Amino acid sequence: MRLLMFGRLSHLAIDSCDVPPSIADSAGLRAHLGEQWPELNDPKVKMAVNRTLVHGIVPIGADDEIAFLPPMSGG
Amino acid sequence: MIRVLEAPFDPAEALARFIADAGHGAVVSFVGIVRGDGGVETLTLDHYPGFTEPGLAQMVDAMIARHGLTAASVIHRFGTMRPGEPIMFAATAAPHRRAALLALDELLDRLKTEAPFWKKERRDGRDHWLEASGADRTDAARWVTIDG
Repeated sequence: MRLLMFGRLSHLAIDSCDVPPSIADSAGLRAHLGEQWPELNDPKVKMAVNRTLVHGIVPIGADDEIAFLPPMSGG
Repeated sequence: MIRVLEAPFDPAEALARFIADAGHGAVVSFVGIVRGDGGVETLTLDHYPGFTEPGLAQMVDAMIARHGLTAASVIHRFGTMRPGEPIMFAATAAPHRRAALLALDELLDRLKTEAPFWKKERRDGRDHWLEASGADRTDAARWVTIDG
């Protein structure tokens, strides 16, 4: 799994080693990482799985690219 | 056409190229230049390669469809810029001026609020992450109202 952080989250040093294999969906991943990095629990922080914005809860696996996106600033 | 790039670009050259491809009628263009007010030393834009470009393309395609444009283009920089540097070029073309003007106005409002970038300003030697301003959101909301 590849984890990417953007904007004000980009300083967070989170590695895929922080994700246990039992995590099976986007909500589970956020809840797990949110225990250590509470910024990720902010509902304004969106998630993208394989570069597609997540609406609701989607399954995730070892081959996926997961991005945490704080509110965008616009161009 | 969408281009997201780190290097400086020449807006005059971008406009000339756009006009050459735009067809007959009207071309309207906009150049955004980094502001230095409030003691801004640098502006840095973070983007998500492979996510930002399709996001911008979707906005441009929506404007082409909605306003009947013959062409539309956005060039946007990321990375670190200083006040006075061009950060964005946007242009629309249509058979008649009204559609091109209206489309560019809407495109810019949407870019200012929805474009997938994260900005930070460096002031007094410190970085400050920004979000879309209230005024920008109000501007963008005008189009939602028209959408009904």
